[in-house]
Amino acid sequence: MTDVLAAKAADPRAVLTADDHSEGMSYLHNLPRRLVTVYLPLTIILLVLLFPFYWMALTSIKPDEQLLDLDTFNPFWTWNPTFKHIYKLLFETDYPVWLWNTMMVAVCATALSIVASVFAAYAIVRLRYKGAQWVGGAIFLAYLVPPSILFIPLSTVVFQYGLFDTPLALILTYPTILIPFSTWLLMGYFKTIPFELEECALIDGANRWQILMKIVVPLAIPGLISAFIFCFTLCWNEFIYALTFISSTQYKTVPVAIVTALVDGDIYRWGSLMAGAMIGSLPLVILYAFFVEHYVSAMTGAVKE
Amino acid sequence: MADIALKSPGARRPIPEATTWQRLKVNREWLSFWFMLPAAAFLILFLAYPLGLGVWLSFTDARIGRSGVFVGLENYEWLWGDSTFWLSVFNTLLYTSVASIIKFAVGLYLALLLNERLPFKAIIRALVLIPFIVPTVLSAIAFWWLFDPQFSIISWSLRKMGLITVNINFLGDFWNARWSVIFANIWRGVPFVAITLLAGLQTVSPSLYEAATIDGATSWQRFRHITYPLLTPIIAVVMTFSVLFTFTDFQLIWVMTRGGPVNATHLMATLSYQRAILGGQLGEGAAISTAMIPFLLAAILVSWFGLQRRKWQQGGDND
Repeated sequence: MTDVLAAKAADPRAVLTADDHSEGMSYLHNLPRRLVTVYLPLTIILLVLLFPFYWMALTSIKPDEQLLDLDTFNPFWTWNPTFKHIYKLLFETDYPVWLWNTMMVAVCATALSIVASVFAAYAIVRLRYKGAQWVGGAIFLAYLVPPSILFIPLSTVVFQYGLFDTPLALILTYPTILIPFSTWLLMGYFKTIPFELEECALIDGANRWQILMKIVVPLAIPGLISAFIFCFTLCWNEFIYALTFISSTQYKTVPVAIVTALVDGDIYRWGSLMAGAMIGSLPLVILYAFFVEHYVSAMTGAVKE
Repeated sequence: MADIALKSPGARRPIPEATTWQRLKVNREWLSFWFMLPAAAFLILFLAYPLGLGVWLSFTDARIGRSGVFVGLENYEWLWGDSTFWLSVFNTLLYTSVASIIKFAVGLYLALLLNERLPFKAIIRALVLIPFIVPTVLSAIAFWWLFDPQFSIISWSLRKMGLITVNINFLGDFWNARWSVIFANIWRGVPFVAITLLAGLQTVSPSLYEAATIDGATSWQRFRHITYPLLTPIIAVVMTFSVLFTFTDFQLIWVMTRGGPVNATHLMATLSYQRAILGGQLGEGAAISTAMIPFLLAAILVSWFGLQRRKWQQGGDND
């Protein structure tokens, strides 16, 4: 079963097409019934799920006077959008710096984690050293250790290592969240690669390093993309470490900076606050739009294994 | 003489003794050691060691900038008599149980809806996941604005509909604040539950439903006796994750209420941050974090039994 699921995970598209049994039993239900039992609840749930984003986007382009006067203007639409908030955010605050910090930390931490995970997953699945199964289990347990019970001791550790208030503190601590996840995911992918390929390569005189680089990694590219996307999202989402380990404004990441540096008492701040939230989510949403299937397979693969 | 004997035709050449370097490169155990090294280094230095250190800190009176001395159970005794701590435990349990149950119910319902034959299914599924993609802090800020006491669009709409006369004080009132953060948590968690359960639903063979329908099963019976048993293993894992991450939630609360009003929404995680980092009492904060561990262990055990059951159900071996 595991293999079947992992094979599906390896080819995310298969999951989508395989289960489309043309008509199935839906002919048993007529259209009005489906309208009430399927389309109506689905529409309501979708509206609730997406409304905050619509509101975020609308707020960030509304002129100030419309933001606070809900009665004179229709609050759900604006006929004179303004880019004032976005302009203010990008050119009068450190927002671009924060965006750059987040991007850099996310890319570095993700790259480090993926490299470490590829080696670890390969060793656990294919080298099968003594106690590999136990290590696999321990890695799954590590995945379950939440950052919110680690940040206090970790802050003293970060301080001891002299990393406090540097981007390196985040680049080195984020992998503790990412490595367990991506190792677990890649273990599933590596299991689906046939043993025979490696045996052939061994007979032809390849060493383990060559096998990993020339056979296993190229075949696991979809898995690597999944792991990369998911890790990148996790990094972008991380908050508590960044809040605790970084104190200077120029090193902050977007989520932390928005909460600590952008929020002040001004009631007219909502426009640029929402613009900040929107621009901060855009890179992820764009990335996600291109790799939905990989993202979904990463999410479900980690749960199903 | 031995040399001559060895050189005789048909005899094998002696295999040269492997050098240490070669052994390091080829020996499976050593090779595994090198391969595991990067991941192990990260996990030991930044996960296992801090985890132990956290438990140790909870037995000391450490403050920021001063390493503490061992004080035994003093932190725990102090917390035992601290009503704010107990309030945070209550809040955490309330937050976790209510949010998890509703997330499960709505998530399963949404998964069943998405499992129907729908036009533009892929796009709908992609849209459903967006709340899960967007960083929690950023959507929490959007909720903060939606829950604004003066300019909340929710209050405005309800007022226009004539349901209320004054604006709802979403985040300023004791219970309103709790329901508001729980709502935001559910909003963010439902997509995860729905999409993972959907993946599980898609592995259920439709012929089972067809057979049951021919036998006269109602749609509730089909759900109860086909969908639910086959989905149990995935439900167990998904809900463990959901409970775990809800229980240790920090971001939503910190952005929306910072534990206020009057500690009404303080979770254990936010209280430990406030005590340890803002208040400087590392030992006490660590004690609060350590007090979360038993709950987490319980959740992990549930997950383990869920996984066991899954293997048994599917007749799989020990893979």
